[in-house]
Amino acid sequence: MKAMIVLTAALLAFPAMAQSPAGGDTGGGITRVPKPVTGEQVYGAVCQACHMADAKGATGAGTIPALASNPKLAGAAYPIMVVTGGKGAMPGFVGTLSNAQMAEAITYVRTHFGNNYAKPVTEADVAKLAKPPAAGGH
Amino acid sequence: MDSGVRAPTRRQLLSAIAKVGGTAALYQAMTTLGHAAETQFHGPPNLQGARPGSTVIVLGAGLAGMLAAFELTKAGYKVKILEFQNRAGGRNWSLRGGDTYTELGGATQKVAFSPGNYLNPGPWRIPHHHRTLLHYCKQFGVALEPFIQFNHSGWVHSSQAFGGKPVRFNTAAADFEGNIAELLAKSVNAKALDDAVTPEDRDKLLEALKGWGMLDNDYKYSASLRASSHRGFERPGGGGVNGAPIPSKDLYGLHDVLDPQVWTSMGFFMNHEMQTTMFQPVGGMDMIGKAFAKQVEGLVTYGAKVSKIAQDDKGVTVTYADVATGKVTDLKGDWCVCTIPLGILGQLDLQVTDEMMAAIKAVPYSGQVKIGLEMKRRFWEEDDFIYGGHSFTDQEIALISYPNNNMFKDGPAVLLGAFARDMGAYRLAGMTPDQRIEAALAQGSVLHPASYRKEFASGASVAWSRVPWTLGCCARWSDDARKEHYQTLVGMDRRIVLAGEHASYIGCWMEGALLSSIDAITRLHKRALEA
Repeated sequence: MKAMIVLTAALLAFPAMAQSPAGGDTGGGITRVPKPVTGEQVYGAVCQACHMADAKGATGAGTIPALASNPKLAGAAYPIMVVTGGKGAMPGFVGTLSNAQMAEAITYVRTHFGNNYAKPVTEADVAKLAKPPAAGGH
Repeated sequence: MDSGVRAPTRRQLLSAIAKVGGTAALYQAMTTLGHAAETQFHGPPNLQGARPGSTVIVLGAGLAGMLAAFELTKAGYKVKILEFQNRAGGRNWSLRGGDTYTELGGATQKVAFSPGNYLNPGPWRIPHHHRTLLHYCKQFGVALEPFIQFNHSGWVHSSQAFGGKPVRFNTAAADFEGNIAELLAKSVNAKALDDAVTPEDRDKLLEALKGWGMLDNDYKYSASLRASSHRGFERPGGGGVNGAPIPSKDLYGLHDVLDPQVWTSMGFFMNHEMQTTMFQPVGGMDMIGKAFAKQVEGLVTYGAKVSKIAQDDKGVTVTYADVATGKVTDLKGDWCVCTIPLGILGQLDLQVTDEMMAAIKAVPYSGQVKIGLEMKRRFWEEDDFIYGGHSFTDQEIALISYPNNNMFKDGPAVLLGAFARDMGAYRLAGMTPDQRIEAALAQGSVLHPASYRKEFASGASVAWSRVPWTLGCCARWSDDARKEHYQTLVGMDRRIVLAGEHASYIGCWMEGALLSSIDAITRLHKRALEA
């Protein structure tokens, strides 16, 4: 709990503002959520929702893949494509996260959880592979 | 003037059209007469005359799957349903005291709510124009009660307006409308709009702005009994000596009310799906799933994890494992209605066209988070005079929603302490269940500072991104994906047809699941008769 409060306090004071998307049953109003900056912060605030705190994923009727000790992360292109464009149930994060946030998160995952791919992924690397965000709909 | 021949009433005319042309003709006529453009539901499908011995495998015992099984059985098919969970209903689900829920990652919550209290993790409200769902609720005997969607007394909270303090919805909305009306009246009176407004309309517009915006005779939005009648009084009218009302002062200015939390909260209620009247089942949303399940009793195999769907010219073979024992079975049928959520379906071994597989994999899912908090007493009613409806906040929890039943009762009640989406949902979903409750209490306390922690008894949370049997809450189509993949996704792939909210334009609603199911089985039946 304490670690969480410290993490929250460390986040920048510029929150991302999100308005209810059209379609679907949704809460209404806007939300302003503290903007995660470092790779560890982005992982904790976003990726961890599915891939879990230990990055081991999980299996039920389907599987959320493990990022921990995952040889598919050896090249940077694959994780960049997945994070920016999405894969299956996972949404692409272009338009939700900045290229810098995505680069930080990918670098963090590639250097933690039993992964040792030291070369950092840069904002420019992400920009090169990211498609523009898909227009909303329902 | 009595000519002796009475023109038919609209009702007589419509019932005559229905008799002659059937429900589709009735629908056309009603639309032409300015009625009923609210739904594509034209009545139950009434399928008949299946070839003797024809079999259908339905995958998923959610509402779409159960409706398919119910209607196809009536049409004469022999139907079997495979369901991953040990429960029917799918996302139509309620958690009550004594229930245990284990999310992906292994965190297990034992729900400790008092008897009669519940959290609806998935659907929780039903628009009055969701005619398909309402039709089957009536047919299957599900009791409905009003869902208090719109409550003028709920709080609107923005961290960046009103000094960060929650204000009543009626106050925020009144001051938004009053300020806008005053500005517009000022422009009209300064002749700034003379190009756009005729002299005749100019007077009517000023009158409207005065009436709608509660402006005074100088077209100013000022402290007055009129403004107070919309935004609330300092002292409302009473009886006797001090009966006279005192208007509220310190109206909020343009800067505060232009905070997007104000107009997005107002705009929320304008949405077709969010307009009153809305309903909920008496006793919890899963009363609907249970009523559907009763109609397909004996058809469902529970704890069945599907791994493969194969098909050839003769039929469909579904391979599934018993979750408890691991025993693998091949189930054969002539046709298959598949309602498995796309995120899971895309991971299975499917014998479908490449185009269908691409469509299945093209739709990401949202990951809403709901948190139920049981409070020892109804302080929102007793202290704040809030009876049902919502309070909005720009924090991660997004809202607090108050129970719509058992008002004025003593004893514990469960409120919805979060309906988080997008970034707020990711943050809450990534937490442990205990951390989520703590976050919900901290954020909810901003709206109810005196009582929220003091009256808290227990909580339960569902993060949809970690729900083992969906891997998400709802299909989130982009416009591009719709254009490229939707018709493929809903089309029949030889002997397999998909159904569910993801195969509809009413995504994330039970109505979409049901309309999709009716459309899918109607086409399946036609194909089966032609085969």
